[in-house]
Amino acid sequence: MLERSGQMKSYLEFEDPVAELDGRIAELRAIGDDDDRGNISAEIERLEKKASQTLVEIYQKLTPWQKTQVARHPMRPHFVDYLKALISDFTPLAGDRNYAEDAAIVGGIGRFKGASVVVIGQEKGNTTETRLKHNFGMARPEGYRKAVRLMSLAERFSLPVLCFVDTAGAYPGIGAEERGQAEAIARSTDASLALGVPNIAVVIGEGGSGGAVAIATANRVMMLEHSIYTVASPEASASILWRDSTRAADAATAMKVTAQDLKRFHVIDQIITEPTGGAHRDAATVIGDVGDAISANLNELSAMSPEEIRRDRRRKFLAMGTLVD
Amino acid sequence: MNWITNRLRPGFRNLLGPKRDTPENLWVKCPETGEMVFHRDLVANLYVIPGSGYHLRMPAEDRLRSLFDEGLFEQIQTPSVPVDPLKFRDERRYVDRLKDARAKTGREDAVLVGVGTLDGLKVTAAVQDFDFLGGSLGMAAGAAVVAGMQSAARHRTPFIMFAASGGARMQEGILSLMQMPKTTVAVQELRELGLPYIVVLTHPTTGGVTASYAMLGDVQIAEPGALIGFAGPRVIEQTIREKLPPGFQRAEYLHEHGMVDLVVPRHNLRSTLSRICHLLVKSEPVRAAAASVPMPEAPEPDTAEPAAADA
Repeated sequence: MLERSGQMKSYLEFEDPVAELDGRIAELRAIGDDDDRGNISAEIERLEKKASQTLVEIYQKLTPWQKTQVARHPMRPHFVDYLKALISDFTPLAGDRNYAEDAAIVGGIGRFKGASVVVIGQEKGNTTETRLKHNFGMARPEGYRKAVRLMSLAERFSLPVLCFVDTAGAYPGIGAEERGQAEAIARSTDASLALGVPNIAVVIGEGGSGGAVAIATANRVMMLEHSIYTVASPEASASILWRDSTRAADAATAMKVTAQDLKRFHVIDQIITEPTGGAHRDAATVIGDVGDAISANLNELSAMSPEEIRRDRRRKFLAMGTLVD
Repeated sequence: MNWITNRLRPGFRNLLGPKRDTPENLWVKCPETGEMVFHRDLVANLYVIPGSGYHLRMPAEDRLRSLFDEGLFEQIQTPSVPVDPLKFRDERRYVDRLKDARAKTGREDAVLVGVGTLDGLKVTAAVQDFDFLGGSLGMAAGAAVVAGMQSAARHRTPFIMFAASGGARMQEGILSLMQMPKTTVAVQELRELGLPYIVVLTHPTTGGVTASYAMLGDVQIAEPGALIGFAGPRVIEQTIREKLPPGFQRAEYLHEHGMVDLVVPRHNLRSTLSRICHLLVKSEPVRAAAASVPMPEAPEPDTAEPAAADA
C-alpha cells in the first residue's frame, strides 16, 4: 500500500547497531550462493534474531529526542497514507473562500468504516515536490480557516470530525501574520470546541504548538507511541531557552514532549502502540490500529447528544493543568 | 480597598528597577526620543511620554485603577495550580524563577483580575502583568483568566481583557499550551450568555495568547505602537531570512490589515471601553462617577477622541 515501504531502509543515528547487523546479513545473503550454504543461513538466522532483539531493546528506552527523530522519520506514515487506507470515497474540499487554498492542511468528506465523516489533517509531504506543495505541513491562516469551514460543514450535516495532527507548527511568515495567523488559529480552536458532533484527534507525528492545538482540541485526543506534542518545537524551545537551537535534544528532554508524559499529565486520552522499531517499519499495522482506536472512541461518543458532546469536551479542556500527578 | 493605598504603585517600582533610591531613577527616559520625564508626571500621564506619546508599559494595578470608577475595584481570587509539574530547569530551576518573579511583582502569577464599575456599569477586567515572566500563559495565568471570565458570567458583567504576553510559559510545556483551549472554553461561556468580551492588546502580545482568548473578543482594541502577532519578529526573520518591513506587527499595521477594530491612545481608552460596553448592553453611562478617578491627572478623556482613535 505504501510506495515508500519498498524503498531502501533509512536508519536513525541511534539505530546504528541494527544497521550494522542488517548490513552483515545483506553481505552474507550476497555470498550465499557459494558452497557452505548451511552455515551461512544459520548465521543469517542468528544475526536476524539479534537484529530484531537489538531493535526491541533500543525502542524500549528511546529518549525524548530519539522519539522526536522517530516522529519525524522520513518514512513515517503521513496523513495521506492514513487517508488512503482508512477513508473511502474521499472527496477533498479546498480553499477558505477568502484568500487561498492551503495544502498544508488537507481535508474533505469521505467514509470511515462505512459511515460519512469529515477528515482534516496536516500533511508534510515526502518528496521535495510534495514537501513544497504542502509547505512541510506548516499551515497558513487559510489552512485553519479551511478547517473551520469543514467543521461547520460537519456540524450542518451531523458528521463526526477526524483530525490527524502532524506539524512542526503554524508557518511563521510575513503573509501569514498579515492575514491573521493568530486569529485563524484561535478561531479554529474555538470551532473545534463548539462542535456538537464528536471529534477525535490523533497525533501521528509531531504536534507542534498552537498550529496543532487548532485542530487537536477534540473529545478524544490520541497519540502514537513515538509521536511528540509540544508547546514549541524542540529547536524553537532551545532557541528561546538557551538562545541556541542546537540544544534541541536538551529541550526535548526538559519540555516533556512524549506521548507517555502527556498521558501522565492527562493532556491526552490514549496512546496507540507502534510496531517495534516505529510506525515506519510496519505502516499497514499502525494505520489499522489507529483506525480501530478511532472507531472504538467514536462508538463511545455516538450515544451522546450534541449538548453532551460539547459539555464533555469543555469539561475536559477546563480541567487542563489541574489534574497533574 | 486598603491594599491599594498600602502597596502604592508597586508596578512603578518595577519600572524603575531595584536601585530606585538614587535620584536619577526619578527620571524615566523615552525609548523613542530620549526625552527625560519626571516619574510623577509620567504616572499622572498614564505612563505615556508627554512629548512623544510613546506608551510605556502600565503596571497592572494602575491599569485597573485607571479603568474603574473612582479607581476602585475588588480583586477576584484566582485558583491555585500545581507547581512545576515538569520539574523544569534550564540555566535555573523554574521554581527559583517563580520565586523571583513573585518577589519582584508582589503577585502570585501574571494575571490580576478585578471587578468594579465603569461609568456605573459593573464590569470585570483582567490584566496580564508583563513584568511577571513576560506575562506568560502558564497554568496559573490560564486559570486566572478563566476564573475572571466565569465570575463575569456568574454576575452577568462584560469582561475586559488587557492582554500583554510573550506567549506560552515554556517552563510548563504542554500544560501551558493547553491553556489555549481552556481559556477559549471560558470565552464561549461569555458569548453564550450574550456578555460583551472586549480585548485591549497592549505591548507586546504574541504567541499562544494571541492565538487564543486575546483574538476572540467581540471588539478588538490595540494601544498605539503595540507589537501584536503570532510568531515573534526574530522567528520570522530567521525563517524567511529577510528584514521585516517597518511597522510590521504593530497596532497600526494590524488595524490596516483588518485584525483590530480600533487603535486607541491610552488617554481615550477608558471612555472608549465605557462607550462600547454601555452600547452593547444597551445602558446609559453614569458620568458622575468618572470625574473622581484619582489617578489620571490627565487630559479629559472625551475631548480629542474620534480623530485620535483613528490614528
